[in-house]
Amino acid sequence: MTDPRSISPLDLETPDQTFLDANELVINMGPQHPATHGVLRVILRLDGEKVLGLECVIGYLHRGVEKIAENRTYTMFNPYVDRMDYVAAVSNGLGYCEAVEKLLSVEAPPRAQFIRVILTELNRIASHQLWLGTHALDIGAITPLFYTFRDREEILKIFEKYCGARLTTHAFRIGGLQYEAYDGFEQDVRNFVSFVKPKIDEYEELLTTNRIWLERTKGVGVISGKDCIALGVTGPVLRASGVKWDIRKALPYANYRNFDFEIPTGENGDTYDRYLVRMVEMRQSLRIIEQAVEGIPEGPIMAKVPKVMKPPVGEVYHSIEAPKGELGYFIVSDGSTQPYRVRVRPPSFVNLQALDVMCRGQLVADVIAVIGTLDIVLGEVDR
Amino acid sequence: MNPATVPANPPVATPFFFYLLAAIMIIGGILVITRRNAVHSAMALITTLLAQAALYLMLYAPFVAGVQIILYAGGIMVLFLFVIMLISIERTQKERQFNKQWLVGIAAAAALGGLFIAVYTTRTGGRTLFPEGRLTYLEGENTQRVAALLFDRATGTYMFAFEIASLLLLVAIIGAVVMAKKRI
Amino acid sequence: MHGAIQYILSYLESNQTPGAAGNVFWATVYILLVFVGLSIAVIAMNWLERKILAHMQVRLGPMRVGPHGLLQPIADALKLLLKEDIIPAEADKIVFWVAPFIVVLAAFTVFVVVPFGPTHAITDMNIGVLFMLGVSSLSVLGIVTAGWASNSHYPLIGALRSSAQMVSYEVAMGLAVVSVILMTSLNETSTGTLSMIGIVQSQLAQREWFIFKFFPLGLIGFFIFAVAMVAETNRAPFDLPEAESELTAGFHTEYSGFRWSLFFLAEYSAMIAVSSIAVTLWLGGWLRPFPNALPGSTWELVFSLIPGFTFLFLAGMTFYSTARMPKHPLFRVQTIGLGGFGALLALVGLILFIPGVRVRVQDIFWFSAKVAGFMYLYIWYRGTFPRYRFDQLMKVGWKVLLPTGLALLILTALVAMRTELLADLRGAWRP
Repeated sequence: MTDPRSISPLDLETPDQTFLDANELVINMGPQHPATHGVLRVILRLDGEKVLGLECVIGYLHRGVEKIAENRTYTMFNPYVDRMDYVAAVSNGLGYCEAVEKLLSVEAPPRAQFIRVILTELNRIASHQLWLGTHALDIGAITPLFYTFRDREEILKIFEKYCGARLTTHAFRIGGLQYEAYDGFEQDVRNFVSFVKPKIDEYEELLTTNRIWLERTKGVGVISGKDCIALGVTGPVLRASGVKWDIRKALPYANYRNFDFEIPTGENGDTYDRYLVRMVEMRQSLRIIEQAVEGIPEGPIMAKVPKVMKPPVGEVYHSIEAPKGELGYFIVSDGSTQPYRVRVRPPSFVNLQALDVMCRGQLVADVIAVIGTLDIVLGEVDR
Repeated sequence: MNPATVPANPPVATPFFFYLLAAIMIIGGILVITRRNAVHSAMALITTLLAQAALYLMLYAPFVAGVQIILYAGGIMVLFLFVIMLISIERTQKERQFNKQWLVGIAAAAALGGLFIAVYTTRTGGRTLFPEGRLTYLEGENTQRVAALLFDRATGTYMFAFEIASLLLLVAIIGAVVMAKKRI
Repeated sequence: MHGAIQYILSYLESNQTPGAAGNVFWATVYILLVFVGLSIAVIAMNWLERKILAHMQVRLGPMRVGPHGLLQPIADALKLLLKEDIIPAEADKIVFWVAPFIVVLAAFTVFVVVPFGPTHAITDMNIGVLFMLGVSSLSVLGIVTAGWASNSHYPLIGALRSSAQMVSYEVAMGLAVVSVILMTSLNETSTGTLSMIGIVQSQLAQREWFIFKFFPLGLIGFFIFAVAMVAETNRAPFDLPEAESELTAGFHTEYSGFRWSLFFLAEYSAMIAVSSIAVTLWLGGWLRPFPNALPGSTWELVFSLIPGFTFLFLAGMTFYSTARMPKHPLFRVQTIGLGGFGALLALVGLILFIPGVRVRVQDIFWFSAKVAGFMYLYIWYRGTFPRYRFDQLMKVGWKVLLPTGLALLILTALVAMRTELLADLRGAWRP
């Protein structure tokens, strides 16, 4: 399990020949399956319940987002990115807006930066809450799902109050923000922070020391830091394998360098460590939000950007730390109002590659646990 | 041991139930060997075994009936099905069902059947091997009687045979493990 | 005609189970009563599970069909009956058709020997416990054949899992049961017994529920059984055969409509059945609580009044909810319905105060109350625990419960026979 390249691809063509050969079973998990988080199809080759290998079939949700970008202006494409990782739409928007701002060489004003950070971190918590609920549900604990959804609702309420949308928010504009923070925004955020802190303890109470949870997650889907880097895996999965890599610290964007927070890392790179890392990340996000909400400066919320955007000819790559890992936008401009090419580096898509490495030799139930722990969103995988 | 004791409730319609159960057993037995589909055979065998358990009940041997259900119908047949389920059914449909020794087999079965009938009908000194009338105990005593036959210090004559039989089964289990596992 | 009435009435004086008295009429009545009661229990359980689970999970559960969703199970049953009954084209039709019936038959047949009271059982079999374990173990046949006949991979894996699981947990279960049967032989008067009624009566004779016998041996045996019975009925956290997130619905993935509802019915009645075994073997069956601490006829009277008060309490709660219903005219029918339900409960409660009924029915009440406690545990488990993985499940069964069960059996035997053993030892030392 060390070098991912040494693993041979699945040989699904060879038919079973021998009589009484009860060894190998090929199962199609998905695209309609309750635990593949959407329309992922996993072809499993099983020896009894042991996974000999698997192959992911993706593209059931492909909408050609990158191609659409070539036919829209920079502004018009902005809402489309929300539809990729729809549980963390704000992060997607932040990455896109910052990439275009980089291309235009403008910077959003400080007030906008602060509000962006608050909303993005709120979205990170929402995304992690949704991950926790569904992951626990996959492993068989049904109750955490309802707890996390109850609390995620508070975040969505703030979004709704801010911009009118709950899921695909389209919260940011290129150059800053469309909307000023509503009256009582700060108070709402503060209330949320004090509301959700004990709730996170509550989730941990349900799971962290639960014997069955420990048995189901410890030593399951282990991946080493080296393998993660070789496969391009980022985000909490990488950090749980002991690599301290968070773009918010490594290549600070927005104004993350002004905030004091820590990057949690794990040691074993198993499902339990990934769980712990994400739980700490939620707390760290709250810490960032607390600092940001205290320091929101007065001032404009929109930088000077032309109505018709014609970035200079050139290309830019900008990546942010989305809840699921490194979300990068590569934009090529030919000087017209529409991008020549947009390429998205979605964390879910890249992380999904690790599934095979993490699942070989494990049991069917572990495949479900690993799909859950990778925290993939098929909208982002297929784009 | 006591001779026949009259049960508290006299049995009702005994011949009817006996012939019904016997018919079920025979039909089930025939189905077991004639079905091509192994799962169907197994289910026919389960029916046969359950009918047999019912026959034990009619013989005032509820303990044996219960053990029959637990061990054969509930335990062994589940393991049977477990194995059969994994066999490719398409393949078994094409296999030849009977081998060339069916003539010998029928001859052996006929001989055994003949022997049974002969034993049952032979009278020596006005008595058959199977005396008239039922050798029954109160329903409530069956379990205790079985225990006494096995474990009682005075009457427990079958202890040794019982243990030897279980040892034989153990040998079979170990053999199966050795044959199935490539490496132990 | 007179003879028939005589035949019917003669049973009432016999003080036996209908099976033991050989009374065909009353046996039929009891069978019907048990069947109807069980069906109602399953319906009630369905509603309660959804409500209790919902309240554990900060939601309301069914609220639309009837007041507080009381009619939801009936609506569900209707929907299932009207649903198209699909048999997959590639399925083995006969086996597919038979499988749910095997499961239901096994689940219902065990109730033949369940003792709801000293005379309230269809029959008292000499091999009661053995019969229950044996017949309930037959349901695995139905599950295996259902999984196989569907001719699909998920049901097949589900069936394999459930057969392996049920077979391995039966062993631990059996060991725990045997330790109780050893305890039954310790009466002054009688020998040991496998009869369900006999087991409760020997708890009465020994003035001790077997869960407290040879503390903590009885408790350990009870614990082993309590774990094994959850695994045996395929419920959370051992619900691997129907693990939704892995195998969609396990062995009944391809079933729909009425056939599916049979599996559902069987699952719940199997839960009730194994809980009845646990109650009978360890918790004193129909015996009232605290027989030693609170003895005497006064306390007997007090305890015999509890069933009636329980129903009155439930009725009071219902009336409270009725008063709290929204006053909007749209809710009038629901309010009246809830009030009617409360009145029904109150009526039952009042009937339970009639002395003749009280004495006859309180056994059934205590038995049902204990079983209901187990049902609540089942729901609680489901709301709390994640699911075990298959190999972990096997590990728990074979490496934890089985050795514990064996040790328990040996220890129970040693403790039970300690005087004889000591006497033997003394005899051996004597020159």
